[in-house]
Amino acid sequence: MANDNAKLSKNLLRMKFMQRGLDADTKKQLEEEERRIISDEHWYLDLPELKAKENFIIEERSFGPCEDLKYGRMSFKGFNTEVEKLMIIMNAPNEEELEEEEISRMETDITDEDMARRYESLVGSMKKKFAKKRERSAIEDVNQNATETHKKIAFLKPQD
Amino acid sequence: MGDVFSFQMPESITDSKPEKVVCGPGLRRNGDEVLVCKSGILRHKQPNLYWIDSQQRRYVPGKGESVIGIITAKSGDIFKVDVGGSEQASLSYLAFEGATKRNRPNVQVGDLVYSQFIIANKDMEPELVCIDSCGRANGMGVFGAGGLLFKVSLGLVRRLLAPQSEIAKDLEKMFPFEIVVGMNGRVWVKSKTIQQTLIVANLLESCENMTAQQRQTLFRRVADGSI
Repeated sequence: MANDNAKLSKNLLRMKFMQRGLDADTKKQLEEEERRIISDEHWYLDLPELKAKENFIIEERSFGPCEDLKYGRMSFKGFNTEVEKLMIIMNAPNEEELEEEEISRMETDITDEDMARRYESLVGSMKKKFAKKRERSAIEDVNQNATETHKKIAFLKPQD
Repeated sequence: MGDVFSFQMPESITDSKPEKVVCGPGLRRNGDEVLVCKSGILRHKQPNLYWIDSQQRRYVPGKGESVIGIITAKSGDIFKVDVGGSEQASLSYLAFEGATKRNRPNVQVGDLVYSQFIIANKDMEPELVCIDSCGRANGMGVFGAGGLLFKVSLGLVRRLLAPQSEIAKDLEKMFPFEIVVGMNGRVWVKSKTIQQTLIVANLLESCENMTAQQRQTLFRRVADGSI
């Protein structure tokens, strides 16, 4: 095994396990050398920066948005009810957006305080439902601020 | 043809940043200028949309347009669809609602499909899909068991699909029927009897060159049952 560092290759020295023994300074030097090598190898164009011209004119090839054309499938006098439903859905996208906004506003009719009160009681009752019998009585006592019974449950010998 | 028109702004608002202008069909951008490339009437829609209202029968595929296509071939994973343009469009079999690699859609050669363009420019082969961006069909896909497919001019298609279309209102009063209008000039009609279907088809084809009054007279005669 070569103990002389000069006989080991540069790539080998750059590997992680070889660098664990080095000091912080030598590590930093090696890192900087690597960065210099990489940045020298990067190719770049020696041109002045070109700015893309802002286009104020947009081309639009289709007649659809120009004349606000309706949906292409139509049904009259109830010949095809599914198509009539589609006509209503597709021909009124603006109205639908308004409806969605109204629905989201309606959901906040229940104020936050009411929600908090509801959850407060709900959490307690659900907890009680799934608690074991002994814990249930303990919960009730806690809620009512009563004193805890220190009754130790031990085997009672039957009295004669 | 080739006229250049410019947008003259009054002196008072030259300080503000120039706003975007959208040029629709019939207008083309040439650097900073806008050139006219079709003959017709210049129309304007608020706030900044201009286009040329022209007439033609030949369809040129445009992105986002819904058209009626005829399946001509099935090759591998795509269908070749004839939309009436210069070349056939491709329609992937996964572009249908609920289609997966195992669950192929039931589409045969010769079927009619109502679909939308996602790619349609002069440099690439046009591509169609039968679902929207959320994956829902929205009425697109295979249709047309029965009924009649015929061709009209593009101007009539736009008149039929206009928001306050008088032709559609007149047709509503006739008898129950179903119609699919493709932006490529193809119209499919289906009604209860073959005779009614043919009547509607003939009415639409003749609406092309009639004034509103002539059309209403004709419709009234048909509704009375004299034809």
